[in-house]
Amino acid sequence: MSLKENLEKLRDNGLQDIANSNEEQVLNDIRVKLLGKKGPITDALKSMKDLSAEERPKIGAIANQIKKELTEAIAKRQVELVQLVIQEKVKKETIDVTLPSRQTKKTGTQHILNQIIEDIEDLFIGLGYQVISGPEVEEDKYNFEKMNIPKDHPARDMQDTFYIDDELLMRTHTSPQQARTMEQHDFSKGPLKMISPGKVYRRDTDDATHSHQFHQIEGLVVDENITMADLKGTLEVLVRHVFGEDRKIRFRPSYFPFTEPSVEVDITCFACGGDGCRICKQTGWIEVLGAGLVHPNVLRNSGIDPEVYSGFAFGVGPDRFAMLKYGVEDIRNFYSNDVRFLEQFKGEEA
Amino acid sequence: MKISLNWLKDYLKINAPANEIMNRVSLTGIEVADVITPSAGLKKIVVGHINDVKPHPDSDHLNVCMVNVGEDEDYQIVCGAPNVAAGQDVIVAMPNSHIAGNEKIKKGKLRGVESMGMICGLQEIGFSDNVVPLEYKDGIYVFEEPVTPGEEVYSALGMDDEILDFDITPNRADTLGMNGAAFEMGAIYEQPISIPVPEVVETDNTNNMVVNVSADTKTRQYRVRTIENVEIGHSPMWIQRRLWNAGIRPINNVVDITNYVLLEYGQPIHAFDLDKLSGNEITVRKAKDEEKIMGVDEKEYELINTDVVIADDNGPIAIAGVMGGKNTEVDANTKNIVIESAVFDETMVRKAAQHLNIHSESSSRFEKGIDNSMTAQALDRVAELISKYAAGEVTEGQTVGIETEVKDTFVEITTSRINRALGLEISTDDVIKIFDRLQFKTTVNGENITVAVPARRWDISIDSDLIEEVIRLYGYDNLQGTLPTGRQTLGARSDKENFIKKATRQMRANGFNEAITYSMVDEQDVDSFQMVDSKPTKVAWPMTEDHEYLRTNIVEGLLDTVKYNSARKQDNLAFYEAGRVFLHEDGSRPVEREYLAAVLTGDIIENDWHHEQREADFFDIKSAVENVLDCLNRDVKYEFVATDEFSFMHPGQTAKIIANNQFIGFVGKVHPVYEKIKDNQDAFVFQIDLDTLYELNSKEDIYEPIPKYPTINRDIAILVKDSISNQEIANVITANGGKYLVSIKLFDIYQGKNIEEGFKSMAYNLTFQNKKETLTDDQINQDFDKIVKNLQETIDAQIR
Repeated sequence: MSLKENLEKLRDNGLQDIANSNEEQVLNDIRVKLLGKKGPITDALKSMKDLSAEERPKIGAIANQIKKELTEAIAKRQVELVQLVIQEKVKKETIDVTLPSRQTKKTGTQHILNQIIEDIEDLFIGLGYQVISGPEVEEDKYNFEKMNIPKDHPARDMQDTFYIDDELLMRTHTSPQQARTMEQHDFSKGPLKMISPGKVYRRDTDDATHSHQFHQIEGLVVDENITMADLKGTLEVLVRHVFGEDRKIRFRPSYFPFTEPSVEVDITCFACGGDGCRICKQTGWIEVLGAGLVHPNVLRNSGIDPEVYSGFAFGVGPDRFAMLKYGVEDIRNFYSNDVRFLEQFKGEEA
Repeated sequence: MKISLNWLKDYLKINAPANEIMNRVSLTGIEVADVITPSAGLKKIVVGHINDVKPHPDSDHLNVCMVNVGEDEDYQIVCGAPNVAAGQDVIVAMPNSHIAGNEKIKKGKLRGVESMGMICGLQEIGFSDNVVPLEYKDGIYVFEEPVTPGEEVYSALGMDDEILDFDITPNRADTLGMNGAAFEMGAIYEQPISIPVPEVVETDNTNNMVVNVSADTKTRQYRVRTIENVEIGHSPMWIQRRLWNAGIRPINNVVDITNYVLLEYGQPIHAFDLDKLSGNEITVRKAKDEEKIMGVDEKEYELINTDVVIADDNGPIAIAGVMGGKNTEVDANTKNIVIESAVFDETMVRKAAQHLNIHSESSSRFEKGIDNSMTAQALDRVAELISKYAAGEVTEGQTVGIETEVKDTFVEITTSRINRALGLEISTDDVIKIFDRLQFKTTVNGENITVAVPARRWDISIDSDLIEEVIRLYGYDNLQGTLPTGRQTLGARSDKENFIKKATRQMRANGFNEAITYSMVDEQDVDSFQMVDSKPTKVAWPMTEDHEYLRTNIVEGLLDTVKYNSARKQDNLAFYEAGRVFLHEDGSRPVEREYLAAVLTGDIIENDWHHEQREADFFDIKSAVENVLDCLNRDVKYEFVATDEFSFMHPGQTAKIIANNQFIGFVGKVHPVYEKIKDNQDAFVFQIDLDTLYELNSKEDIYEPIPKYPTINRDIAILVKDSISNQEIANVITANGGKYLVSIKLFDIYQGKNIEEGFKSMAYNLTFQNKKETLTDDQINQDFDKIVKNLQETIDAQIR
């Protein structure tokens, strides 16, 4: 056999061995055997000195070509073998991903009422309102007198209020915070815009729709040119935020001692969209809150000149909002804290 | 107030359907809760004339009646009513008719006798028991005026009316009478209204009454008329219909007329039997303490000296504005009467009604206020009707006990003030038009408008009240919403609110659900789990014993929550609550503190394919409170100090939490004898005072570069007496660890085999680091040796 034939046979056998190799170590042995210093290619190149000057470059070229082919084949096989090993490992590690996860304590839920309060706080913070909280044990003076509910006013029957003594009581609404804030406010630093959420108390017997403890969020804006239109626009923002973009709003005349004019605010029913259903008692509207322009006596009682300043105020009931929004039929659910109730409210964006 | 639409039509033209009126009135002035159509749901209810009544052959109380229902042959109807008699015109529910409650009547047999329908009482066709005339209360109704057999009964009984249910706010008590309601409807529908002036025909007889009104009763108007020779009987049907549709039971003509005028004018009227009076002099005066009067309801009332009574020589004959006395009540034999029309002080009436617990049509109107200008006219109206419908002879003139002049209230306003308050641009002309609709007289001087508000609208006294009138009649729907303009303000929560929110967020991350429990608790709950000595704060008139005191801790509420859930088979529970407690140290106003508390009970890990079930323990609740303290980022060092001083906590599993020597809370296991927790259930709680923590300095966040030099770890295991706490060991290590010691981690506690009884092995991993250069073993060895030496010397530790 000629040298050329030897080389070609060497190549064919070599490629076969490389292809058959199934471990990196075997492949490495093949590489050493074929291409090492004592290997056949090296031998062939060494023996070229015996060839004629004419043949030498031809055989040289062939030998180098074969060397290259084998080197490349080994490199390629090398990559394949690494892949094979990884594939094997991955296959062994495969698990049933539908098995239950490893349960540690789940994240707790925020109480739905506090979710609603925090959401409304965030909305009004965006509109430039301060969030201010006030005492739950309140003075008669703030809860009633400064709110234009003097002694002997029918709205302050002992029946409805938890008094502690003649002067102290559990606040019956968050409105006293209006007076407290107005007294402190320095109008040279800008208008007064605040909301005040918190617990309030009434002498009610607890049942599905009454609770002796519930929540309110007071809103108050006082400045030189605050109008009824501003109140309407502000409440439109609020109810659309809470109950959805499509809600329409309407004002109805009403009465509160601390606002004049006073209004009740209705929104189009979110269950039927205003067509009339069981939830809105066929009217298409649902009453959601009370509001009005701050009564001049209330401004005056807090040392603000009603000739210069005007304001609006509103009172939101988070308990009522939650009952309406989620169809909660019994207000006591908010205070009995059944874990199966609490965990239903995971929180929503907006 | 139930407003009959038919009655309203006496005053003004109004053709809109009732539902449209309901909506429009609600949006403009007074909430109309409902429209009631009394005949709704009824079918085939007709007039029948009873021609013959025979006893039922097989019954001792049933009768067989032959009834003309307008058909060729009489219907045979079996009737069990005791008052059934031949010759009566009655209500018949025909076969296949519908009576109240959507009940169907069919022809049938009663004890073998065929009955073609039913003869009805008023209740059976939907009347409330409260309005049915007493004589028909326990039987069938008998028409008192001619009716035609076979005709539907609805019109004769006023059931074809539509009744608006006005839900009146306290400021609009002017609509508690039909006159007032008519003015309101006229303003809304821009219709003129007519209120007839009564015409009284007087005899030549003089009115002999003498009336004295004591000034301290604050009575504003008081006048009477006397009417002679009245004939007590039924009032005409048109009056009875209007009364029962307004929810008032017809009694007799005199009483009905006083009630009718009450509905018409909103003016309470009382009639006394003149012949039962002692003398001809009556006095309006304060009651004497313990003075007694028997009311027309036949109950005896004991009066107090703030009540006002009407009295004759013998004593009280009425509680002013609240209720008449039995002793002078008009009855079937009454001949001569005294009619009273008055305005009493609203506060006095309210207090009397409240302490006597009498809430009448009269007292509720005086409490809310009435039109002071109509006392005389209403009195004349009563006289007019009684002379027409009770044959009364009205004596000459009214006796006036007191009269207070009633004037229009003049209120000044400008168009620009209206527009500035409302955010509108309406013209002076349009404003005037609105006042015209209300029938308020106006005087215009440029932009200035002087409005003369009549006495019937006593709710209006300042310009804001007029602004309300303008906007409601202009229509809130026509008002375009805007947002306040003007100077910018920054919105924010207070720092403390943010601080509390941080703590509660961490509690949720710890896996606790938020609860909101009651601030008012029972007597037992107020004493336990207190962190400072506080006297209980009691509310003056609690509703129930469960909510009698202000809470001084939150743990109690959370344990109640656990109990509530356990009772519903919810056992693995973690709750927190942040809220106020009310502490009362010296008898003055209770101080409100913000507390955070939590409870943990049941399994912290439930049994599943990954791991074994594990019950919550002290270290779980401790980690929760540590996480909260860590996130609050105060510049303090916290210590957990074992304590057995809280009687409600487990003496061996409770720690006080100390921040820079200040007590800020506790953490531990609820005492096993604590009764709220069900049998053998372990509950772990903590409670911390967020206000105190907030007042501590916060730690500033300061950046320092990440250290480049590696840390070195050394382990040390020691054998110590059981009584030595981890804290004591850690304190020794910290005190002697040198400046490179950065952390101490306990990684093993061992007791048992190879460890002597009363001892334990504690193994710690110590980490050292020099942030400026690489630490050498030599440096660490020195520090480590010092630690070892001190552990041996101070706490007798054996190094293992």
